[in-house]
Amino acid sequence: METFVQQLINGLTLGSIYALVALGYTMVYGILGLINFAHGEVVMIGALVALAAFKLLAATMLPPVLIALIGFGIAAMVCMALGWSIERIAYRPLRNAPRLAPLITAIGVSLVLQQLAMLFWGRSYHAVPALLPSEAHEILGARINEVQIIIMLAAGMAMTGLIFLVQRSKLGRAMRATAENPQVAALMGVDANKIVALTFVIGSALAALAGVLVSANYGIAHYQMGFLLGLKAFTAAVLGGIGNIGGAVLGGVLLGIIEALGAGYIGDLTGGVFGSNYQDVFAFFVLIGVLVFRPSGLMGEKVSERA
Amino acid sequence: MKTQTLVLSLSAALALLACSKSEPPAPAAAGAPVAQAPLIVKIGHAAPLTGPQAHIGKDTEYGAQLAVDDVNAANIQVGGRTLQLQLIGEDDQADPKQGTIVAQKFVDDKVNVVIGHMNSGTTLPASVTYANAGIPQVSASATNPEYTKHGYKTAFRVMTNDEAQGKVLGEFAAGKLAAKTIAVIDDKTQYGEGIAIEFKKAASASGAKVVAEEHTDDKAVDFAAILTKIKATKPDLIFFGGMDPQAAPLSMQMKKLGIKSILLMGDGGCTADFIKNAGAAAEGQYCSKPGVPVEKMPGGPAFIAKYKAKYNAPIQLYAPYAYDAVMVVVEAIKRAGNADSAAILAELPKTAYKGVTTDIAFDEKGDIKDAAVTLYIAKGGQWEQVDTIGGKPAAPAAASAEPIPAATPSPAAIPAAK
Amino acid sequence: MQNKKFAGFALIAIALIALPIMVGMGFGNAWVRMLDFALLYIMLALGLNIVVGFAGLLDLGYIAFYAVGAYIYALLASPHFGLHWPLWAILPIGALVAGVFGILLGAPTLRLRGDYLAIVTLGFGEIIRIFLNNLNAPINITNGPKGIAGIDPLTIAGQPLTKGMDLFGFHFHGLYLYYYLFVILALLIVLVTMRLENSRIGRAWVAIREDEIAAKACGINTRNVKLLAFAMGASFGGVAGGLFSGFQQFVSPESFGLFESIMVLCMVVLGGMGNIPGVILGAVVLTVLPEFFRYWAGPAQQAVFGQIFIDPESMRLLLFGIALILVMRFRPMGLLPSARRKAELEHLAPSLDDEGKA
Repeated sequence: METFVQQLINGLTLGSIYALVALGYTMVYGILGLINFAHGEVVMIGALVALAAFKLLAATMLPPVLIALIGFGIAAMVCMALGWSIERIAYRPLRNAPRLAPLITAIGVSLVLQQLAMLFWGRSYHAVPALLPSEAHEILGARINEVQIIIMLAAGMAMTGLIFLVQRSKLGRAMRATAENPQVAALMGVDANKIVALTFVIGSALAALAGVLVSANYGIAHYQMGFLLGLKAFTAAVLGGIGNIGGAVLGGVLLGIIEALGAGYIGDLTGGVFGSNYQDVFAFFVLIGVLVFRPSGLMGEKVSERA
Repeated sequence: MKTQTLVLSLSAALALLACSKSEPPAPAAAGAPVAQAPLIVKIGHAAPLTGPQAHIGKDTEYGAQLAVDDVNAANIQVGGRTLQLQLIGEDDQADPKQGTIVAQKFVDDKVNVVIGHMNSGTTLPASVTYANAGIPQVSASATNPEYTKHGYKTAFRVMTNDEAQGKVLGEFAAGKLAAKTIAVIDDKTQYGEGIAIEFKKAASASGAKVVAEEHTDDKAVDFAAILTKIKATKPDLIFFGGMDPQAAPLSMQMKKLGIKSILLMGDGGCTADFIKNAGAAAEGQYCSKPGVPVEKMPGGPAFIAKYKAKYNAPIQLYAPYAYDAVMVVVEAIKRAGNADSAAILAELPKTAYKGVTTDIAFDEKGDIKDAAVTLYIAKGGQWEQVDTIGGKPAAPAAASAEPIPAATPSPAAIPAAK
Repeated sequence: MQNKKFAGFALIAIALIALPIMVGMGFGNAWVRMLDFALLYIMLALGLNIVVGFAGLLDLGYIAFYAVGAYIYALLASPHFGLHWPLWAILPIGALVAGVFGILLGAPTLRLRGDYLAIVTLGFGEIIRIFLNNLNAPINITNGPKGIAGIDPLTIAGQPLTKGMDLFGFHFHGLYLYYYLFVILALLIVLVTMRLENSRIGRAWVAIREDEIAAKACGINTRNVKLLAFAMGASFGGVAGGLFSGFQQFVSPESFGLFESIMVLCMVVLGGMGNIPGVILGAVVLTVLPEFFRYWAGPAQQAVFGQIFIDPESMRLLLFGIALILVMRFRPMGLLPSARRKAELEHLAPSLDDEGKA
């Protein structure tokens, strides 16, 4: 029983991380119909910039949590600027191109960011100092770390905040309008360019948060940490319903739990024929299964109809 | 007409190229015994000279170059002619595809012998090319057992292979570490899986019980799920077949989950980076490395001095083995009396050479006989030597502070989900 | 008119025949090997072109079919199972099996919107790779991460191509023979693709790509047409995979990852999606240029700066990424676009006439 609870906790943590990253993907997709392959790299840069800040601030005698917050702040600012620039330089000129052109551009941006990060921070893995409170607590016989609790809370708060923003605020209304029909929104006085830029900026800030939390959770930051994470997060967004904020979180958490439970129990379920090495396969099969029955994802999609 | 001129120019170009076919200048062997031309031996050397393992690849090349220089300075006579070695160094980028291209190049350039490649992943496919061309290949570093299992007469290595390493690890776990129950994790790469399988065999044969077997891949950072599964089986020891970028988070997560088992790894985790990244979680874990630390080698201290004098850099990993590989070839040439590939091939199996690293002799598959493996424990932020199995008996345990990075038989492409 | 056309074909034929000889004698056999790889990628790009270029189905896991074809060859012609079937038997089997996998991939995705397709195809590519890497326990089918080595070389009429051939007093190295075999097969694939393009199926593909709902309204059986696109594209990949296996005589799962899928996609998009000459050009450029780059990047930096600042491998990737961004920015229709695409996208490419340059 405690193993099961532990696996659930593992899954929830992993899932919350996916959810945080998926939110960024889903926002951009909702408004632009673009798979921003570079999003994972922004997460990575957030982690590495924060790490650099931590190292700089380590000399000061500030309390660790404060260092963590300042580091996150700096990382968030860098990422927001980065997200804004990427949108401005790489995606905006291709606003009306068929979707393959921005996709290839996104791949290009992802490659460039990875290589630049490698040139700047080197190829080796970097240890991340434990700044966040990391006491372990017992719950139903399983262990949960305070960092893990923070991650889950962060995902929940981000989701709530975003939903509030999108559903209840004027900015949110403008975002929904632009997502639904940019031309008519423009007629209503909404500056589509500004809204899109803002979407990227918010998404990038979330990416920075995800980056800091991921590196805190695993204690490692590395120039290649973003790609796979981004891919999984995008899978999660699709699972939940692309463009749908609640869907991104649901998809993320679900994917995390599926992976954890899959790794934990596939072996037992299949009598040892398939083991934890098939955990990714398992996750993808679930995705395909869901999409066959609900082609728009679990919670349905919210994308502009590109007639 | 345009097409006509085009056809004419094409044929002209073709004719020109045909006429200017360049051949490597053959050494003019004069008849008179006095002014005999030197016997030039072309030695190909392949290793990653660019990319993440460039520093290790370059180090291997330096070792070979050192041997070449020593031999050339020694004015060795073979069949009345002075032996002159030429090292042709190529970059295979640790990429199997690039490795076969480099192998092709060597065959085209008609090298007499190849030292290399560095990674198992490149050595194996390249060995096919060399076997087809009859060019002997001596690897100073490839540890994958498959290399010598295909029956290629041309495949040799002067380094312990993973089978030997896994066996030593398994016996060590069941023996010295007295582990009764063992869990095995591997990263499903050629290296990780290979060494894990050998470890399992040896540990089971030595009386331990393997209670859990888990797999991951070489890109994962989250091991919570499989560690949770393993925790339920309460093993005394967990063996990880994989590299240090994952060994570090693995050990940290073990600690977080409250798993008390010892962690044992192969040479993939036996690096300074592991200790740096795992921090407190590294303390008390064990690992192994093929061969012996340089200082403990029979010719070690002298080699370190020579290397430092010439290159003014610390030895990374394989330089002494590359040195010995070249020397073994030279010995074969001396015995054969000539430097043809076929002659070298015939003499290599009869090698009995006291090298820098150890006494070298090959078994019938091309592996080195009586290979050595050294075991380490992480203490106080460094790897400390615990024991050496096989090879020449080494001096008792002393702090081995050298930050020797591990050899990664990993592909070179970057954002691939491999 | 006829004469000009014939002369044109004859010219191309002579150039193709002479190319490996010129490259081999001018630059060395290693470059002929690279030509062989380029031909394999041309076949792959043409296959993906059917799926992405003609039918407009975004496939991010195409390399899976290459892998399937390669492993079928490896399993049927190597010491692994002890089978040594001939080439002419294996290639059709490989094509067929890959085609079946293509249908397997296509079937669940029929109702999916374009970008959901992307993630599912990506997942499919990963699934195949993971299976190939892990199917060595409990029964050993694929030999796992060790890969399969010692694969029989491609053999025609009992003669393995690696032996080379002596003709007209000139010794043709095995690599040249591989080149000629690949060229013939590549030309075959080009021919088939061209015929497909101008057939009812081809037009149905274009219709689906442009507007699926309208296509359905016109009575096109979108389900079958889509499945056919996947199957055909996959089978070309399977053929190329089999050839790759026999060429390299060694396969392992690491050759078939996401990065390779993306590379082939870039070849198609950069070259000119939907346009056969464009796709061929894309494949050649993306195979040859990186090799050239690898060779001079290091020495060039040495010559200019006296030391290597940026590792050539990472510089290559960096420049590749920048090239992707720039090409999409300034020529989103690709290097050699189809006429239709050019008309569609020309308004996006910044006009150079404004600055008075040609």
